[in-house]
Amino acid sequence: MMVIRPNSEGLSVFDRPNSYIGKTVPRPNLDRLMQGRGLYVSDMELPRMAHVVFLRSPHAHAKIAGIDANAARQMPGVVAIVSGQELAAIITPWVGVLSHLKGLKSAPQHAIAIDRVCWQGEAVAAVVATSRALAEDAAEAVFVEYEELDAVTDMRTALDPQTSIIHPSLGDNLAFERTLDAGNVDQALADSDEIVETEFIFGRHTGVTLEPRAVVADWNPAEARLTIYQGTQAPHMVQNIAALHLGLVEQQVRVVCKDVGGSFGIKVHIYADEMATYALSKLLRRPIKFVADRVESFNTDIHARDHRCKGRIGVKRDGTITAFEIDDLTGIGPYSMYPRTSAIEANQVVNLVGGPYVTGSYRARARVVFQNKNVMCQYRAVGHPIACSVTEGLVDLAAMRIGMDPVEIRRRNLIPDEAYPCTSPSGLRFEQLSHHASLNKLLGMMDYKGLRAQQVALREKGIHRGIGIASFIEVTNPSAAFYGVGGAKISSQDGVAVRLDAQGSVICQTSITEQGQGSESLTAQIVGSVLGVSMERVRVILGDTDNTPYGGGTWASRGAGIGGEAALQATKVLRKNILDVAAAILQSTAAELDIANNAVVNAGDGAPRIELTELARIVYFRPDTLPPGMQPELMATRHFVPREYPFAFTNGIQASWLEVDTETGFIKLLKHWVVEDCGTIINPQLVDEQMRGGVVQGLGAALFEKCVYDERGQLTNANMADYLVPMSGEMPDIEVGHVISPTFESELGAKGAGEAGTAGAAAAAANAVNDALAPFGTIVTEIPLTPQVILTALGRI
Amino acid sequence: MSISLHLNGERVDAHVLPRLNLADFLREHLHLTGTHVGCEHGVCGACTVRVNGEIVRSCLMLAVQTHGASVQTIEGLSDSGEIADLQAAFRNRNALQCGYCTPGMLMAAQDLLKREPAPDRERIREHLSGNYCRCTGYQAIIDAVETTAKARKGRSS
Repeated sequence: MMVIRPNSEGLSVFDRPNSYIGKTVPRPNLDRLMQGRGLYVSDMELPRMAHVVFLRSPHAHAKIAGIDANAARQMPGVVAIVSGQELAAIITPWVGVLSHLKGLKSAPQHAIAIDRVCWQGEAVAAVVATSRALAEDAAEAVFVEYEELDAVTDMRTALDPQTSIIHPSLGDNLAFERTLDAGNVDQALADSDEIVETEFIFGRHTGVTLEPRAVVADWNPAEARLTIYQGTQAPHMVQNIAALHLGLVEQQVRVVCKDVGGSFGIKVHIYADEMATYALSKLLRRPIKFVADRVESFNTDIHARDHRCKGRIGVKRDGTITAFEIDDLTGIGPYSMYPRTSAIEANQVVNLVGGPYVTGSYRARARVVFQNKNVMCQYRAVGHPIACSVTEGLVDLAAMRIGMDPVEIRRRNLIPDEAYPCTSPSGLRFEQLSHHASLNKLLGMMDYKGLRAQQVALREKGIHRGIGIASFIEVTNPSAAFYGVGGAKISSQDGVAVRLDAQGSVICQTSITEQGQGSESLTAQIVGSVLGVSMERVRVILGDTDNTPYGGGTWASRGAGIGGEAALQATKVLRKNILDVAAAILQSTAAELDIANNAVVNAGDGAPRIELTELARIVYFRPDTLPPGMQPELMATRHFVPREYPFAFTNGIQASWLEVDTETGFIKLLKHWVVEDCGTIINPQLVDEQMRGGVVQGLGAALFEKCVYDERGQLTNANMADYLVPMSGEMPDIEVGHVISPTFESELGAKGAGEAGTAGAAAAAANAVNDALAPFGTIVTEIPLTPQVILTALGRI
Repeated sequence: MSISLHLNGERVDAHVLPRLNLADFLREHLHLTGTHVGCEHGVCGACTVRVNGEIVRSCLMLAVQTHGASVQTIEGLSDSGEIADLQAAFRNRNALQCGYCTPGMLMAAQDLLKREPAPDRERIREHLSGNYCRCTGYQAIIDAVETTAKARKGRSS
C-alpha cells in the first residue's frame, strides 16, 4: 500500500534495510509513562521554589475599585502578593493581532488585570507562598472591591448599538470580519431547482487536557537567564514571547518541555497567567510554579467553536450542487489570544466550507465579536468541525429535499480524484486528494447497503437508527502562510540534528515536540530507516530550546510532515558522511558501501565490512589512523519547510451509525468509520490512534461538551462532573481505513494526521441523527445533541 | 497528626495536617509523582491508587485515613511486576498517548482483571468508565485489557 518513489540515489529510503517507515513499532517512551516515572511539569520541584495561586474575578465585567491584601500578607508561608500594576513594571502587555488578517483588532492585555476585569476567571492578583495550599489559604484573605459593569454575553447582540462596548478605544465589539464572493452565487441560486437554508449552532467547548496547564519559571539573576519548564507544543514560540515582554533577548530564555499531559491546541498559546508566572520569577528572583486547578482550567484554558452559522445551498434535481453561502458569527471573549489570534477559526471556516466539492459559486461572511466570556482560540482541527458540519449538513439537507441518497449526491459533486492539482473557490490549492477512492473504501468497510436494509427493518419495530456521512478536507503541514506572513514569530520550518556517537549509537535532536502523538517514535523510525541502524540505537531529544534546532514544534498536524522530512534529510547527510569515512578506512568507495543492521556493508552482496561502533571508535579516538587531512563529520543538521504549497491538504470521510431513543432523546453510538488520506504513513498504528482519539474529541463536541454560560457571563458548569466528556462506556469502536496520496513536496511524502478525526466526527454524527429522525419530519442543526435538543426537535418538550 | 502505613511494601511514618489528601501526600510529601491529579473532585480517575486491596480516588481520601493501611501506587505495581503483562499489552497496542491517565487506568484495569477472569468488551468499557482519557478514544485501552484478560485466562487454564 506504500507508494514508493525512487530518489536521486536510485534506492528509495523506504526499501532500505532496517526500514521502520510504514511499520507498526511500539513508541520508545511508553514505559516511563506506564510506570509512573514520567516527568510532567506538575511533578517538578526546584530548590527555593514557591507556588503561585491567582485570585480570579468572580464577575464577567467589573471595575476593580480596590485590593486589600494586608491581612493576607501576614498569613503563614506567604512570599508576596502582587497586583497587575506591580507586575506591569516587569512584563509588558500584548495585543493579539496578525497583519494578514486584515482589520483584526484587539485591546492590550496585561498579565494580571489592571483597573478592570473582562471575564469571569481573569486574574486580579497573584498570591505567592511556600506551598500551593498556603497560597490558597492566603488568597481567601485578599479582599477585592469590584464595581460590576454591563457584561456582553450574547454574540447575536454584541454588535447592536445599544450594547455596551467592551473596549471603548476600539470603537465597537467587532474584532474581525471577512467576506468572500467567488463565482456567481446569485445566478447559481437562481438556476437551482431547490434552495435549502438553515442555521447551525455549535456549543462553546474546551480541550480538557487531563494535566492542567502548568509552568515552572526559574529566573536566575546571577546568570540573567530565565528557564521556563512548561507543557507547551511550541517551545521556541514561548521563548520568543517571554523574552519580548520581559525585555530580554531570546538567548536569555530557555524553554524546556518534558512530558505533557494532553495538549490538543490548548497548550499552543500564551496565557496571561503563564506570562505572570514568568514575571513573578523575575520579580521574586526564585523559581515559581503555577499549576491550574480544574476550575481554573475551565475558566481560563481557551474555549473553542461557539459559532452560529447560517448556511444556504442550491441544488438541481439531478443532484448538482450549484452554490454554497454562509454567514458565520462567533464570539471570542474579551481579547484576541496571543500570539496566534482568535480570528483564525472563523477565517478557516470561510476557507473550508464547500472544500470537498466542485461547486464554483461560494459566498461567505464571517464576523468575530468580543464578549465578556473566557477567551476563545485554536483547538484541535481549528474551524474544520464548523466548516464540515455546515457543508455536510447542507449537502444532506439538499439530498433529502430532492429525494437523493446521501452517498449519491456526494458521488456527483465531490472533486474527481483525477482533477488535481486544483484550486477551491476560496483559493485553497489542492495537490492530490482522493475523495472518491475514500468514499468507495468507506462504503465497503461499513457495508452501506446492509446497514440501510437493517435501518428499514428496525424502523418497523420502532427502533430509529441513522447513518451519517461526512467528507472533509484538512489543513496540514502549514508553511509561513499560516502565521509567519502575519508577523508572528512562529516558525514554520523545523530542524533536526543527527549524530553518530562514540559507541555507534545515534543521537537525534529535533525541534518538533511530543505530547503523546508519537513524535519521538516517528523520528526514531525515520532516522533508523534512512541510516540503516536499529531503532533502539536512536535516542531522540526534543522539547528544549537550548538543545534542539530552532523550529515550530508540534501543532496544525505538522510534526511528521515537516519535522519528519528534516529528520530524513539530516540522516541522509550523516549516512553519506559515515560512508565517506568507511570508504577511507576500508580503502573502498562510498558507492560500493551501504549501512545495514548497525554495520557498514558491501552495497552489492550485503557482506558486513565494519561495525558502526568500530568506525566511531576510530573517528573519535584514533583519527590519527585516518588518511592525512581527513576531518570526519559525524553530525549533520537539516531544516525543512514546505515551499510550493501553503498547506498540504489531506482528505477523508467518516460515517456514523447510531440509534436515537425518541422517548428519552438519548443517542447511542453504535459504530464509527473513518477513511483518511495523510500521504505516506510512518507508523500505521500511531496514525490510526490519532484518528480514533480525534474522532472521540469530535464526538464529545457532538454529544456532550458545552461550556454553559448564564446571561451574566457566569460559567455554570466549570467542573468535570457537570461538563461532560466522552467516557469509555459511551464510545463506539472506530474502524479506520486509508487511501495514500503522498505529497511530492517532500521525499517522505507525509502529510498530517492529528486533526482529521476531529474535523468530521460531529458532522457524521449530526447527519446520522437527522437520518434517524427523517420519519418524524424534523431536523436538528445544533450541537451538542443533548436529549433536550432531540426532544425539542421531536416536539416532545 | 502522626501516621504510619505500608506503602508499596515499605513502612512509612509521617506527620501530616488533617486536611492533606492522599494524592497530595503521595506526590508532594513522598514524591511519588506517578499518581496524577486531574480534577481534584473524584471524577477523572487519574489519582486512582489501591488501599487495602481496593481502588480508591486518592484525591477524595485524606492521608490520615491511611494510618495502618497498605497503600499501593503505580510505582509499586510496576516494580513488583504485578502488571507487567498489562503494561506490555498497553505498549503493543499504543493504549496511551500523553500517558497522564495511564497509571490510574492501569490501576482500574488490574482491579477488574483480578475480580473477573473473562470480562467482555462491554464489561471492560463499563469498569473503566470512571477513568477519563482525552487522547486515545478508549478503544486501544479496551483492546489491551481484553488481550491481557485472554492471555491470563489462557495461562491459568
